[in-house]
Amino acid sequence: MGKIEWAMWANEQALASGLIYLTGGIVGVAGQLKGWEYAAFGIAAGVFVCLLEYPRSKRAKGTNYERTGQYCFTVCVKAFGPLTSNYYVRAFLHAALCVPGGFMLATVLGCVCLGMASLIYLSAAIHGEHWQPIMPKSEPAKSVTQSIKHPPQNPPPRPPAEMRRKRAEDLESAAYVNPLPVTANE
Amino acid sequence: MGNWIVNHGLDTFILVVWMGINIFLFVHFYLFYDLGPQFFYTRQLLGSALAWARAPAAVLNFNCMLILLPVCRNLLSLIRGSFVCCGRTMRKQLDKNLSFHKLVAYMIALMTAVHTVAHLLNVEWFINSRHGRYGFLAGNLSALEDDEDDHETFLNPVQSDSTTPTIFAFTTIAGLTGVVITLALILIITSSMEVIRRSYFEVFWYTHHLFIVFFAGLVFHGYGRIVRSQVTTDPPHNTTFCKDQPENWGKIPECPIPQFAGGFPQTWMWVIGPMVIYLCERLLRFVRYLQTVRYKKIVMHPSKVLELQLLKSGFKMDVGQYVFLNCPEISELEWHPFTMTSAPEEDFFTVHIRSAGDWTDRLIKMRRHVLVLSSPSECWGMGVDGPFGTASEDVFDYEVSMLVGAGIGVTPFASILKSIWYKFKDSNPKLRTRKIYFYWLCRETHAFEWFADLLQVLEKEMEERGMRDFLIYKLYLTGWDHTHAAQVMVNFDKDTDVITGLKQKTHYGRPNWDKEFEQVRHENPSSVVGTFLCGPPALATDLERRCVKYSDVDPRKTKFYFNKENF
Repeated sequence: MGKIEWAMWANEQALASGLIYLTGGIVGVAGQLKGWEYAAFGIAAGVFVCLLEYPRSKRAKGTNYERTGQYCFTVCVKAFGPLTSNYYVRAFLHAALCVPGGFMLATVLGCVCLGMASLIYLSAAIHGEHWQPIMPKSEPAKSVTQSIKHPPQNPPPRPPAEMRRKRAEDLESAAYVNPLPVTANE
Repeated sequence: MGNWIVNHGLDTFILVVWMGINIFLFVHFYLFYDLGPQFFYTRQLLGSALAWARAPAAVLNFNCMLILLPVCRNLLSLIRGSFVCCGRTMRKQLDKNLSFHKLVAYMIALMTAVHTVAHLLNVEWFINSRHGRYGFLAGNLSALEDDEDDHETFLNPVQSDSTTPTIFAFTTIAGLTGVVITLALILIITSSMEVIRRSYFEVFWYTHHLFIVFFAGLVFHGYGRIVRSQVTTDPPHNTTFCKDQPENWGKIPECPIPQFAGGFPQTWMWVIGPMVIYLCERLLRFVRYLQTVRYKKIVMHPSKVLELQLLKSGFKMDVGQYVFLNCPEISELEWHPFTMTSAPEEDFFTVHIRSAGDWTDRLIKMRRHVLVLSSPSECWGMGVDGPFGTASEDVFDYEVSMLVGAGIGVTPFASILKSIWYKFKDSNPKLRTRKIYFYWLCRETHAFEWFADLLQVLEKEMEERGMRDFLIYKLYLTGWDHTHAAQVMVNFDKDTDVITGLKQKTHYGRPNWDKEFEQVRHENPSSVVGTFLCGPPALATDLERRCVKYSDVDPRKTKFYFNKENF
């Protein structure tokens, strides 16, 4: 197969498993099925896995497609540092979380799916991948450089108003045009 | 409102019919199992969870039957061919096969979830009934065993007192197949997510083949005949009278021991047809793979575009169709789609292959060194499956066509334009097109210089015949920068465009579609205009919206029909 980042598929699989684990757990608890304690654990584990897997990792190459509203989850997951960015840890964590699900039929599907996700994460870890947060692109600070010129402090130099006035005997050399004709003072 | 009906009417109708059938099946089978007298005793053990499990099962049968059909390409081509008489709206529906496939898949996933949850409860309640937790009647019913001497048949499939739901699931055919096929379904779905599909097609393609496991398990899922119904006995067992006195069953004449039998497995009846059809599809693909394909010419274009001119006996194509290519040296199992860029009037077919991933890179590297072939040569085997039809076969039916090709989507239009030109030269009566507006959008033209060459040739020939207005094409470079602008400013007065060498100048930026549609509407006041797009989905929604907006239900005014190519 081509150059694949296994973690991307592992992430989809783990998120789906979390939901299935959660659903199985709800059925087990709501239906008061035998072994409902495992179902209760399934609910907690399912929610935890969903929260952990919701933020997508930044890809090594290619465009990143974020899930809606994943930024706050990214911040939380990033805070745990190597515990969450290392895929060996994730593979082991998912394997451990899935085991109690195997004891009850309602959660067994969640258990197997999470187990598969764990295996795919193991493959990702062996290929040297790790989780990176997708951070929003920060705007470069608009630095005030020397090229910004100060606005002029003084008006441009011009002769005094007396001299600027239009003269009747010399209309053509005037600097402006009147809307009404200029006549000399009679 | 009228515009919406013209462009979306048939879609919505089909969706409504499909949903209607689903709802009907669900409700019908729900009531069948919830009210049917033959399940009265079963309901004593399971309550309405029985109906909640069987109703989605019926919907699942229906949808598993449907899911294979939209991906039978050759079947669709056959249907499309036989619908030539029935108008273009019917044939357009076949373009949306993949969307329908996904919709049916979602329904299967949803119904699987409901079915599984209901059965989880059923198993638990079967076991509880066996342990006597649901009362006297339930307990007695559960105690019935398959016993020839006592003329007993069992109702409760849980026959042992020490079984647990997990053991039951993994030791019955239904339970085991159920878990396996649900797992296969989940893996298929997670690897089909858009992100995975667009980035790592191979993972998607290989994992999707788990559908074989899915269908195999599905067919055998009901063989255990676990769902039992009451059969009429002679003398008849009066349920209303006998339900309160199970201790007297077999002792009084009104209440002989009730007999039960398992439901006949029906799923295979639903899915066998499509499975056979799909098998034929794959066989056809294999047969085509075995047929010899010869190379007529291999051309290496700038920017890593490889043109292959191929010959295959008995190969007949239509305009804008695509083929699947397989190169056993690179990978035995991978087939990749490529639109053909030659016209049907030519005696060979061409594909232009751009470097876009592992497979294409390797192919280009292998073939680039062979540039001169004296005669059609057979070495370096290549398998070709197809051709498969897409919407562009309809392009000749419209008096006026608006063709929009974005980026690599310009490829089918090479075939279309060439074919239109051949047909025009031969005065082919099949060609109803009088005017073509061609919009070519791309970031930069490097990878498509071969297409610019084609346009140049067409331009020259049209001028020779005095037909400058037949084809109006506009090239939009969306990836321009200040260096482009500087070049354009300097060469403003030249007759031909500085980038492409074509007579019509390049535009920069994206087209203003409102203006374009206005222009087309203004120049063709009472025509039916077909809009064909091969490009990104965002552009498709944009154009579709505009087609609806600028269409008029009034037959004397312009009407726009939108067709999208997809792979």
